[in-house]
Amino acid sequence: MTQTNQRVLVVDDETPIRRYLRAALTAQGFTVYEASNGEEALNAVLANRPDIIILDLGLPDIDGIEVTRRLREWSQTPIIILSVREAENDKIAALDAGADDYLTKPFGTGELMARMRVAMRRITNKSDEPVFQVNDLKMDISRRLVTLNEKEISLTPTEYDILRLLMQNVGKVLTHHQLLRQVWGNAYENEMHLLRVNISNLRRKIEPDATRPTYLITEAGVGYRLRMNDANEK
Amino acid sequence: MIETEYNIYMQRPDPDELLKNLHAETHSRGKLKIFLGYAAGVGKTYAMLEAAHQRKAQGIDTVVGYIETHKRKETEKLVESLEVLPRKQVEYRGTNLPEMDVDGVLARHPKIVLVDEFAHTNAPGSRHPKRYQDVQEILDAGIDVYTTLNIQHLESLNDVVAQVTGVIVKETVPDSVIDEAAEIEVIDLPPDELLVRLNEGKVYIPEQASRAIDKFFRKGNLTALREMSLRRAAERVDDQMRSYMQTRAIPGPWAASERLLVCISPSPLSERLVRTARRLADELNAEWITLFVETPQSASMSEDKRERVANILQLSEDLGARSYTVTAGGTIESIAQVVMDFAHKNNITKIVAGKPLRPRWQEILRGSLVDSLIHKSRDIDVYVVTSGDAPSFPKDESPWKLHSSISRYVWSILLVAMATVFGFIIGGRISPTNLVMVYLLVVVIAAVYLGRGPAIIASLLGVLAFDFLFIVPYFSFAVSDTQYIITFIALFLVGLVISQLTARASEQAQAARQREAETAELYDLSRDLASSADIESILNQLKKHLEQTFERTIAILLPNQNVLEVKISSDDLKLSDEEIAVADWVYRHAEPAGRHTNTLPAAQLRYLPLKTASGVVGVLGVGKPATSNIDLSPAQRRLMESFANQGAQAIERATLEEQTQKISLMQSAEKLQNALLNSISHDLRTPLVAITGALTALDENYIGLDESARNSLIDNARGEADRLNRLVGNLLNMTRIESGAIKLNLEPSDVQDLIGTAIEQLGARASKHQINIHIPADFPLVQMDFSLMVQVIVNLLENAIKYSAENSLIEVSASAADSKARLKIFDRGVGIPTDDLNRIFDKFYRVQRPENVSGTGLGLSISKGIVEAHGGIIRALNRENGGTVIEIELPLGQ
Repeated sequence: MTQTNQRVLVVDDETPIRRYLRAALTAQGFTVYEASNGEEALNAVLANRPDIIILDLGLPDIDGIEVTRRLREWSQTPIIILSVREAENDKIAALDAGADDYLTKPFGTGELMARMRVAMRRITNKSDEPVFQVNDLKMDISRRLVTLNEKEISLTPTEYDILRLLMQNVGKVLTHHQLLRQVWGNAYENEMHLLRVNISNLRRKIEPDATRPTYLITEAGVGYRLRMNDANEK
Repeated sequence: MIETEYNIYMQRPDPDELLKNLHAETHSRGKLKIFLGYAAGVGKTYAMLEAAHQRKAQGIDTVVGYIETHKRKETEKLVESLEVLPRKQVEYRGTNLPEMDVDGVLARHPKIVLVDEFAHTNAPGSRHPKRYQDVQEILDAGIDVYTTLNIQHLESLNDVVAQVTGVIVKETVPDSVIDEAAEIEVIDLPPDELLVRLNEGKVYIPEQASRAIDKFFRKGNLTALREMSLRRAAERVDDQMRSYMQTRAIPGPWAASERLLVCISPSPLSERLVRTARRLADELNAEWITLFVETPQSASMSEDKRERVANILQLSEDLGARSYTVTAGGTIESIAQVVMDFAHKNNITKIVAGKPLRPRWQEILRGSLVDSLIHKSRDIDVYVVTSGDAPSFPKDESPWKLHSSISRYVWSILLVAMATVFGFIIGGRISPTNLVMVYLLVVVIAAVYLGRGPAIIASLLGVLAFDFLFIVPYFSFAVSDTQYIITFIALFLVGLVISQLTARASEQAQAARQREAETAELYDLSRDLASSADIESILNQLKKHLEQTFERTIAILLPNQNVLEVKISSDDLKLSDEEIAVADWVYRHAEPAGRHTNTLPAAQLRYLPLKTASGVVGVLGVGKPATSNIDLSPAQRRLMESFANQGAQAIERATLEEQTQKISLMQSAEKLQNALLNSISHDLRTPLVAITGALTALDENYIGLDESARNSLIDNARGEADRLNRLVGNLLNMTRIESGAIKLNLEPSDVQDLIGTAIEQLGARASKHQINIHIPADFPLVQMDFSLMVQVIVNLLENAIKYSAENSLIEVSASAADSKARLKIFDRGVGIPTDDLNRIFDKFYRVQRPENVSGTGLGLSISKGIVEAHGGIIRALNRENGGTVIEIELPLGQ
């Protein structure tokens, strides 16, 4: 869902990438601002008040994670970070620092738009909607009821919490740490096996084929994502 | 004439010496001439001035740099007619001290400059603290210098002078400076005359030293000093002469200083002889050399005789001699010849021999070494010395030794008896002259088969029998016809000669057999070496043969990057660092050293260089035999050298082969690398063709293309871009694995998740195949780096997809047993040729068969790297009924 005149700030030190993003985003109706390093980015956010920020992690002066951290001190603008495939630790750090999602270079325009939509939707959809639906999976928080194809599924409290968290952030990636912290507590930040086991159980309950998940997607090395409707995804 | 062969360590022109001489002759440095005297007042300065005048008269530019005339009229007169360079006044503590003006000399640049008092200390503030250093500078500039010096100023003689005269001389000159001088002229004056001059006041004495001078100018001191200076000059001359001779390889002898030669034998007298020679050498202040001559007889010496010789040689070395061993034939003549040749080649001036001890008649019979030496000695003196009391001959020196056993004598008697019986039988039918032939036959048989002693007995008995029984008057020993005396003598002599000849022949046959045995051993060795493929087996063979043939412990050292290491050695043989240092010396100098040689004889082993035409390839160490201390005989040494040569060549051959192999490996590695680079370059560029092509087509002809054409271009380009991305990722991973930069982020992971994520990443590529997953519900979590293992599964699934037909079945299963997790990926594809099952995990390997298969062949290699980094195993097997299964084993972790 696109709105005209939404403002996007593109932060990348590589000119060709900025050119491509400007072209793609302008075609989608965005007003595009550019910054080529961290300092410029911080100033540009203040000056231009973008609706969403696309931030490359590999900046020459301040690294992207630090920029994210500083931005989050006073701004809730959605941030999508751009990173290379192998730098998982950087992605996790940025997401933990407050970025909303990430894209791995090279990425397609479709992917980019999908992520941007998800990120911006969070803001506009902040109402206390009790019911979430993704395809055939429905979750009613007020009644603590989860149904798949209208059939009720019984989940353990932990599984429920995990699913709720993912539902509330549908389409966005949640890092392992974020899940562990918010479901179990701060002390459980590194208890990976807990998370894995629960995700595995959850999948078996909600996925038509647990071996080929369609809802609960693993983002290798980073975290998990609850996939949105296919229709919206394209 | 009997052949003589000798090994003599000959004095060849020494190349270092040659170079030194050449350098000395052609260098443009100035020449230093020292007028050397033993005390003040002998007339050095005067002589120097006289020489200067002579030069000047010859037209050579000669000036005076610094002269101290001490106001002597004769000296001053000589100075007048020479150009004198002005002195430099050096200020010191308020006074002006006159010193030589070095700069003035250099500026003037004469051909010769006179500088008095070589040992003088310059005033502080001068350019150099010592005058001899000034002189060095002048010489460096190419100016010749004449200077004067007293013997007591020599550094090395300082303590001797102090001892002799009681005066410690403070101003000294290092000997090296003197040694470099081109000429030394000794100015000599008999001490008496010098004392006269002193009394006449013609000798300059500095006032401060008057009391010391009294002590100094005593006749005894002066004589001693004089001798010192004369001797020093003489030593220098000898050095120069030897240097001259070495340059031109002039064989001696130059009877300048004495050199003694002592010949030794196994007899205990040799020990006394050696000590006598030492005393003689001391008295004459001469070098001396001990020589042992090996003959074929001595080749069969008993063990303790051999040991005695070794000990005597060692003793002589301890006493300060050098020892050598040479070989000669068996006769006195050849021994003497060999000794004289050695003496002449080594500039021997005196030969020391022991007094003859044998009775005269033996000497007549066998010859006397001393006599032969004396006759051949030409210009070398022969000292015949007593060696103490007349010794008793040790038993085996006795010439009466029975070489042959008793039984042979008995046999010879029997033969004579048989001949006699035969004579009786034939009786009167043959005349005695023909009968004697029978006895002759007996004697010959005895000589050939029974030995010298029995032959002599046979001839004696034969003669007696013949006389007694067959010659008129019968049955008596009288001889009526005197011609039979001739017969008797002839019979006797025949027996003697033939037995001698036979003995000699059998000795030579023995020697020949010995040589044959050696040759056979050598052949065995070379055959075994030729069939050895690598250095290890060569060394083993060498060691085996050397141990067997010489019954000694063996060590072989080979260089490893120019440092010697012990590569193989006999059991219980350990080489200390000092031993290895000796071996190192041998390696660098290509000469034998160690035990029983003249270099580093204290070593435990004897070391031989393993030499080939191109240099030294290693060192062979030979120990002593288990039970005695004996050195190798010359024959053994020769054989060992042959062994060593064979070994060296084999080692060189093996080393060259290794090198050739390495080079060809490197070449093929290079070729492979080039091929790979070409392949990668191709694979990287190919996707770009589609991408660039699509973009440019769209750019140039957007309108002309209809929608389906455009979509097709775009889809194609997208697919190729993905492919390029994957390829780049693979190459990066490969590089990371190769450089060891893979850091595992181990976490307990869900295998089902793993497979699911991998399939997800494959996306559309997996859509054309059926993938079944069999993972038990409660499969434990496995420690792994999740993202890396995803890549592994993606690679393996990709392969399965690539190599099997569309819609064929791919299965993934997991099982856990003995703390290992096993993952298996099955396909029904084309399978892998059995030979390739291991090689498919090699970098860039692609199975040849299927056409149109893309990809660089890195996937499996990367997978292997990642799995192995986890401590796991990956392997490929062919399935029954076609297809492949790849198995991965990972440790389950905690």
